[in-house]
Amino acid sequence: MAKLIIDGKEVDVPPEYTLLQACEAAGAEIPRFCFHEQLSIAGNCRMCLIEVVGIPKPQASCAMGVKDLMPNKDGSPKVLSTKSPMVKKAREGVMEFLLVNHPLDCPICDQGGECDLQDQAMAYGSDASRYAENKRAVEDKYIGPLVKTIMTRCIHCTRCIRFSTEVAGVPELGAIGRGEDMEITTYLEHAMTSELQSNVVDLCPVGALTSKPYAFAARPWELNKTQSVDVMDALGSAIRIDTRGREVMRILPRNNDDVNEEWISDKTRHVVDGLRTQRLDQPYLRENGRLRSASWKEAFAAIAGKLKSTSGKKVGAIVGDLAGAEEMYALKDLMTRLGSANIDARQDGAAFDPKRGRASYLFNATIAGIEHADALLIVGSNPRREAPVLNARIRKRWRAGPFPIGVIGDKADLTYSYDYLGAGADTLAGLAQTKFAEALKAAKNPLILVGAGALARKDGAAIASLAARAAVEFGAITDGWNGFSVLHTAASRVGALDLGLTPSAGGLDVAQMAAGGVELLFLLGADEVEVAPGPFVVYIGTHGDRGAHRADVILPGAAYPEKSAIYVNTEGRVQMASRAAFPPGDAREDWAILRALSDALGHTLPYDSLSALRQALFAAHPHMMHIDQIAPADAADIGKLAKLGGTPDKAQLASSVADFYFTNPIARASAIMAECSALANAAAKHSPLTAAE
Amino acid sequence: MLADKDRIFKNLYGLHDSGLKGARARGAWDGTKAILAKGRDAIVNDVKASGLRGRGGAGFPTGLKWSFMPKQLGERPHYLVVNADESEPGTCKDREIMRNDPHLLIEGCLIAGCAMGANAGYIYVRGEFIRERERLQAAIDEAYEAKLIGKNNVHGWDFDLYVHHGAGAYICGEETALLESLEGKKGQPRLKPPFPANVGLYGCPTTVQNVESIAVVPDIMRRGATWFAGIGRPNNTGTKLFCISGHVVKPCNVEDAMGIPLRELLETHAGGVRGGWDNLLAVIPGGSSMPLVPAGADQADTLLMDFDGCRDKKSALGTAGVVVMDKSTDIIRAMTRISYFYKHESCGQCTPCREGMGWMWRVLTRMTEGRAQKREIDMLWEVTTQIEGHTICAFGDGAAWPVQGLLRHFRPEIERRIDQYTRNADAHGAVREAAE
Repeated sequence: MAKLIIDGKEVDVPPEYTLLQACEAAGAEIPRFCFHEQLSIAGNCRMCLIEVVGIPKPQASCAMGVKDLMPNKDGSPKVLSTKSPMVKKAREGVMEFLLVNHPLDCPICDQGGECDLQDQAMAYGSDASRYAENKRAVEDKYIGPLVKTIMTRCIHCTRCIRFSTEVAGVPELGAIGRGEDMEITTYLEHAMTSELQSNVVDLCPVGALTSKPYAFAARPWELNKTQSVDVMDALGSAIRIDTRGREVMRILPRNNDDVNEEWISDKTRHVVDGLRTQRLDQPYLRENGRLRSASWKEAFAAIAGKLKSTSGKKVGAIVGDLAGAEEMYALKDLMTRLGSANIDARQDGAAFDPKRGRASYLFNATIAGIEHADALLIVGSNPRREAPVLNARIRKRWRAGPFPIGVIGDKADLTYSYDYLGAGADTLAGLAQTKFAEALKAAKNPLILVGAGALARKDGAAIASLAARAAVEFGAITDGWNGFSVLHTAASRVGALDLGLTPSAGGLDVAQMAAGGVELLFLLGADEVEVAPGPFVVYIGTHGDRGAHRADVILPGAAYPEKSAIYVNTEGRVQMASRAAFPPGDAREDWAILRALSDALGHTLPYDSLSALRQALFAAHPHMMHIDQIAPADAADIGKLAKLGGTPDKAQLASSVADFYFTNPIARASAIMAECSALANAAAKHSPLTAAE
Repeated sequence: MLADKDRIFKNLYGLHDSGLKGARARGAWDGTKAILAKGRDAIVNDVKASGLRGRGGAGFPTGLKWSFMPKQLGERPHYLVVNADESEPGTCKDREIMRNDPHLLIEGCLIAGCAMGANAGYIYVRGEFIRERERLQAAIDEAYEAKLIGKNNVHGWDFDLYVHHGAGAYICGEETALLESLEGKKGQPRLKPPFPANVGLYGCPTTVQNVESIAVVPDIMRRGATWFAGIGRPNNTGTKLFCISGHVVKPCNVEDAMGIPLRELLETHAGGVRGGWDNLLAVIPGGSSMPLVPAGADQADTLLMDFDGCRDKKSALGTAGVVVMDKSTDIIRAMTRISYFYKHESCGQCTPCREGMGWMWRVLTRMTEGRAQKREIDMLWEVTTQIEGHTICAFGDGAAWPVQGLLRHFRPEIERRIDQYTRNADAHGAVREAAE
C-alpha cells in the first residue's frame, strides 16, 4: 500500500492503482472522456489532469500509476491536488478546446440530457467561448444500420476505436487524418461486423455516435427507466428498459460484472421494434381453416370443449425459449392436474435431463469464472453467435495472456485465434491424441464449453457424456473448480430444467408431441417446433410467428418487458425481470392466462396472484428464491455423466444458432434485426470490400 | 572559433569520399575494438564525463540516458534506435551526416549499442530523405562487408543495424511516436511513463538518440572525454553542428564550439546578417519550435549559442537550426507560417494540441492583416499557455513557444497592425462575432 495525501486527505491505496483510482478512493471526482474502466488507457482527452506537488506540469491521472510517482526525498507521502488553481485552469482549458470545434446543436442532439460533454462543460467549463473562428465540419460516415454518426460532434476520445479492437475484436474502426482533420471511420465506410457494435453508442461521451433506430425518438428525461434482465440469449444480461407511456423506447445495458460487464449484444438492444410489430393483442379461434378474433370466453370454451373429448394422456405442452419460471411452473401444475406427463421445454430436443443432476446442464465455471480459466475447449458451439457478450469475455481472457483455445465443431471467426481440432464427436473421443490435450492437461483450470447445439441431436446424451469424460480426464473437476460448462441459447431452458419440465415416466417429448402423439397440445411461446397436422393446438404467446400460424386457439400473452418473471441463466443464476410496460390490447400475463384457463377447464390452480404463485414456486423449488445468486451444483454429477457412455454418430457438431439475429419470435418480428441479418449474410458471402458497395 | 584539428565532421560538405575508405582515412573505425573492449560501464562513464547532451533538441545528458537501460540483459532484448527523422524546419545537420559522414554514425551505433547491451539498432530515416537513406544503406552494406558490424564482426560485439524509412510525418520525430511508427502503427506519441528505457520498441528496453549525438561518440571515445569536455562551456560542452539559414549572406552548415556568440557564429561562417548586424530583426536559435530572440543589446547581441545561453534569453538551443530574419521580415506572418506548419503536423491524439493549433493559426492569420482585437493578443497568450504542458508529448510545447516568442517581443508590432487595419476599415468589417 502507498500513502498519498489527496486534497488534504490521507489515503492508503494499492501501488497498482492509477492516480485517478486513488483520487476516487479519496472521494474526489475526476472528470474524464477518454478513460473507461473496461478499455485500455489512451490518456488523450486530457480532462483528468491533476496536480502532483513536485511535478511542474499537471499529470493525466488516468494514465499515471501510483507506483510511477517518485517518492519524496524525506519519505513523506506524495501530495496530490484535484482542486488547485492549476487543475481548475487545466480543466477549463481542455474544456474550452473541446468545445472549440464542437457544434452547439444540443437542442437537436440525441445525446442531449445524457451527454458527458454537456455535464462536464457545466461543471468544469467556463461560461462563454472565446473562439471566434469558423468551426470544423466533418462529413458523416456510414458504419452500419445500428449506429448513426454525426461526426462533427466527435471529440476524438477513441473509445469506439478501442472498444471495437479490444472488446468486440473487429478492428474495423479507426482514425484517419491528422490533427484537426482526424476522423473516425470504418475506412471504406462499410458496416461494422460485430454483434456488439451498438455498445459504441453508450461509450461515445458525446452525440457523435447515436442509436440509429432510436434517432429523434425520445428525450432521456421523458423516459421511465426499469431495471430488468435480458432474454435474447441464456446469459440474462442486465438491462435497463426505457419506456415512454406504454411503449418500450429503448433498451440499454446495466453494469453487472458477474454477467455482462457493461455490454449487451445488438439483438438485446435493438429488438425493441420487434415488440411493436406482429403482436397478438386479442384471442383468436380457427374456424373453417381461418383464424378469427374471439373473446377470451369463446377461446376458453373452445379449449374446454376439446378437452372434454380428450383423455389426460393425450394432452401435451411444449414450453418455448422465452418463458419465465412462474408460467412454466403454473403450466406444469396444470398438466399434472389434467393427468398428463407430456410436458417438455427442450424445443430443440437437447439431451438434458434434470435427473442427471444440475451440474450436468449448467455453465458451472460461471461467466466471470472464464477469467480464471487457463485453457478452453469449445465443443459444438459458436459463442460469438450464441452469446456475443460471453464471447467478449472469452476474448478478454485470451487477450490477457496465455490462453490456449481448442475448437471442435464449426470453424468460424470467433474474434480470437484457436486450434481447430476437428468437426465431429470422434475428435472429442480421441482428444487425448491431439496436441491440444497437452495444453488442457497443463492447465490448472481447464474449461470445457459445450454448446447446446452439440447436444440437440439424437446422440446428444452420448456427446454430453464424452464431454464430461474429457472434463474429468483433463482435470476440469477439482476442488473449487468445475470446468464443465454448458452454454445454453434459450433464456427459459435452465429454469425449465430446474423445475423439471421434461416428460416424466411414460410422457412424450417434444418430437413425439409435435409428430402428433397428442390430441391437445399447448404451446407456451414455442415457435421453434413444427407441429404436424392432427393435434388441436393452443398457442399462448406474443407474436404471430410459427406457433400462431399453426394454432387452433391463440391466447395473447405478455412479452418479457411486460411481465415480472424469474429467469435462470446458463450458469444457474436466478434473476428477476421487472415489468416495464403493459401487454397490448387484450393480451395478459402468461401465468394469469393459465390461471384463468385452469378455471375454465375445471382444474383451478390454487393461486390468485403472482405473489401466491411465487410462494408455491418457492416452496417447491427453494433456490428460485435467491435472486441474483447461483445455487451450487454437485460436481460429482459430472463424473456420473461421464460414465453414461453411448455411441455418438459421425455427424459434424454444429452451433444451434444459424442466424444470430433471428433466434426468437420477437427478433424475427423486428425490421432492424432483419436488416442486420441481411447485411451479415451478405458480408459472409463477400469480402468487406465488395460488401461496402 | 573551433580549430580544424578539433572538428569531428571532417567531411561535412561532402568534398571527400564518404565511403569506408575515405572515412577510414579521416580516422573512423580506428581502434573501435579497443573502445568496445573497455566494457559497458567504462563507455557510459566516458560519455557522461564528456558532458555530451542530446543533440536532438531537449539536451538531455546522453550518458545519463544510456545508464537508464537495464544493467543486465533480461528476457527482452535491448534496442538502440537512432532518430534520423530530421523534420524540424531550419534544421539540416543529420542529413549532412548521413550523406557525407555515414560511417561516423554507424560506428557510433556500434559503440552505443555495446554501451547499452543492444545487439540491434534501427535508424529511422525521414520519409523525404531518399538519397540520404541510399547513402546510409550503402555505407552500412560496406560495413557489413568489412565485418565491422553484423554477427561475428571483427569488434566482438554482435550488432545488426537496420535502416527504416518513415513516411514523412513531423510527429514521428518524437521518440515514442517514432517507436510506434517503427512498429508499423500510426505515428502517435505514447504516454510516459513507462519510458522507452523500460518499455520501448516492441515492449523492450530502448534508447532513442539523435543522429548527431551518436555520431560524435566515436570521436569522444577516441580522443577522450576531457578533450570533448574542454570545448565550450561547463554543462554545455563539445562541438555542435549549426544550421544557419535565412537572411544571411551565405547560409551554411557549420561545426563550431558550443557557447559561441551568435554574432561571431554568423559573421565568421555565414558572412553576417544581410545588410549588416544592425539589420537583424530577430533570430530563432534552435529550429522552428523554439521562441525567437529579437535583436538588441541584451538579446541577440549577447546570445551565446548553447543550452544555457539560449535559456537565458527565454529560448532554447533545440537542434541549433539558426533561422535569421532581417528587418524586411513580416515577423507576424513568419510566425503564422510556423503555426500553420504545427497545425498541419499535429497528430490529433490529444485535445489541447489538436484543437489549439488551428485556433492559434487562425488568430495569427487575422493578426497578420491586423484584422483582430487587441484583447485577442492576451487571449492568444492564454491559449498558448493552455496548450503548453497539457499535452502527451512535447509537440504542444514546441508549437506554443514560437507564438509566445512573438507575443513576448513583438506585441507593439501586432498592435500597430491592428490600429492600421482599424483605421482603414469600414465600420462593419473589423469586428467579428463568435461563430456559435
